[in-house]
Amino acid sequence: MFYREAGDFKTSYKSDSQTFPIAFDRYRYSAVMAFAYCVIPFIINDYWASAILLPFLIYSIAAIGLNILVGYCGQVSLGSGGFMAVGAFACYKLMTAFPDVSIIIHVILAGGITAVVGAAFGLPSLRIKGFYLAVATLAAQFFLVWLFNKVSWFYNYSASGQINAPERFVGGYAVTGPNADAWAKYLVCLVFVTVCALISRNLTRGTIGRSWMAIRDMDIAAEIIGVNPLKAKLTAFAVSSFFIGISGALFFAVYLGAVEVGEAFGIQKSFLLLFMIIIGGLGSIFGSFAGAGLLVVLPVALKVVGVDFLGWPTDLVAHLQLVVVGALIMFFLVKEPHGLAQYWRLAKEKLRLWPFPH
Amino acid sequence: MSADFLYGIEVIINGLMAGVLYALVALGFVLIYKASGIFNYAQGVMALFAALTLVGIMEGQVPFSHLINAIFGTDLHHFGWEVPALLAIFFTVLVMGLFAWLVQKFVFRHLVGQEPIILFMATIGLAYFLEGVGDLMWGSEIKTLALGLPQGGSRWVEDLTSPLGGDDFYGFFIDKLDMVAAVVAMILVTGLILFAQYTKQGRAMRAVADDHQAALSVGISLNFIWILVWSLAGLVALVAGIMWGAKSGVQFSLSLIALKALPVLMLGGFTSIPGAIIGGLIIGVGEKLFEYTIGAPFLGGATENWFAYMLALLFLVFRPQGLFGEKIIERV
Repeated sequence: MFYREAGDFKTSYKSDSQTFPIAFDRYRYSAVMAFAYCVIPFIINDYWASAILLPFLIYSIAAIGLNILVGYCGQVSLGSGGFMAVGAFACYKLMTAFPDVSIIIHVILAGGITAVVGAAFGLPSLRIKGFYLAVATLAAQFFLVWLFNKVSWFYNYSASGQINAPERFVGGYAVTGPNADAWAKYLVCLVFVTVCALISRNLTRGTIGRSWMAIRDMDIAAEIIGVNPLKAKLTAFAVSSFFIGISGALFFAVYLGAVEVGEAFGIQKSFLLLFMIIIGGLGSIFGSFAGAGLLVVLPVALKVVGVDFLGWPTDLVAHLQLVVVGALIMFFLVKEPHGLAQYWRLAKEKLRLWPFPH
Repeated sequence: MSADFLYGIEVIINGLMAGVLYALVALGFVLIYKASGIFNYAQGVMALFAALTLVGIMEGQVPFSHLINAIFGTDLHHFGWEVPALLAIFFTVLVMGLFAWLVQKFVFRHLVGQEPIILFMATIGLAYFLEGVGDLMWGSEIKTLALGLPQGGSRWVEDLTSPLGGDDFYGFFIDKLDMVAAVVAMILVTGLILFAQYTKQGRAMRAVADDHQAALSVGISLNFIWILVWSLAGLVALVAGIMWGAKSGVQFSLSLIALKALPVLMLGGFTSIPGAIIGGLIIGVGEKLFEYTIGAPFLGGATENWFAYMLALLFLVFRPQGLFGEKIIERV
């Protein structure tokens, strides 16, 4: 009834190749954007920001980044925790070395540094494939975490080995440090998420995204039709690491404020990100958001139900959480290997025909 | 011979012993990967779960007592009996068999023909699930495994080898438990090889590993073989769990030995049992030697976490399928 192409005529090339070809999608997108930018900042409080919204936004960026590498280019990476750590530490070093430069620029530069590191660790992918590569990326994970633990230059020789984000301002409002307001942190993250999602959406629709997908579907065939595997794989690693680095920088500077590398960016983080994109849907930007949302909300919801309503001990609920997350992953893989994004696609197909499906 | 050189040899011997333990975990991976193409990340958690179950049964703990107490407000913890070790091991093997059957029935039967990465993800999900279930069943506190395995350094080896060096050399320090583990691992590997070569089920298992369709067409039940293979992997996990558990207590970190086994697999190749063993030995010696010669003196120590991966990566650049893996033939 509302959701269909009929009557939605394209009269220019621009409108023909727009991101959302269906009018209803465009309205929905604008509504979501308006709500996120104009309503949430006024009703947000500290609990919602730190429990759900900030982690959701930050993990979304990382999930988009990982999805580019795994979902679009088909190179399985288990090193994303390490790359997040690179982003965080790069941001920290930049913040302390150049205190006058805006935090926004630091975060972007941190993404750039991570992109270089990511491309370097992506080099073995030219020779190694499949599981061997997945395990090889673990080398990045362990090596980077060890490096940030052992070389005290990275944490400015602080005794605890922690890094603490100093207070920084955007337009006069604190966005990092203990005095930052929830809405300011939220808006900074939201802007980054919006820009990253837009960039990745357009990258994946263009030449470079198509070459990634060609490599994913069959690398030899892609090579034969003229896709340069070196370029495609390394750009995928670089772009993916860029996003993951940005999310690591935000995770440290805006969200947590103080980070101990082994705890915050361990192997568990790599798996968490991988779960997000698997449950959300490989090769889908929407899926990255859906997966990040589900895996951020689920533990909070379980904790609220288990600890607050049922009054169970916290450790018991934590164990149940593992069981539920594990079972959920297996359930999703068995029922719908293409993740939440596939349900979304099916729902849209159904909506197009509704209410007269025949 | 100088003492430094002798200590170097001691490091190598200890590395070999550690390598045997890595190989033990890697073996479980290879078994499942060969037979079903599933790269089983949950192998480490299976070792943890098996060890937890063994301790739980031996001490007569009530399974899920925390959960039951939380729901019904009761105060259960122990049945009040103790089960002898051998009987407990038998029961644990049964539990692992049951686990294999459940996993096959509810998860992997539905995933036949999916891409390998999907299967891999499912095993990570399984690892989380099993870890949670293990904690819920038996509690998450550190437990000691009292099987009566020998502990501590071997005086005999020390006395025997101390005359090799000068006054500043006191003989090789070798953990008795490591020696036991090496012997057990050898027995296990020999047993597995004999099983695969000379029994009907073992041959069926090899046939499935070779070619699923051909095996199916001569009347081998894939489902049964997969359950068998998962049970065998459970058995290997139990042995690994006992050895590691006796060494460092039965606790969460036991599940991380899977991460130790991964570089071993890369090095040896995912499909080769001898590869797993030799890969384990190379990794064990390599990381101990690196830590002793370069890591601890120059790099601040704790290099063991990543060195194994770097070493494996180095090998892979020259042999992308691992040392003993099947040659990867790509067809368009």
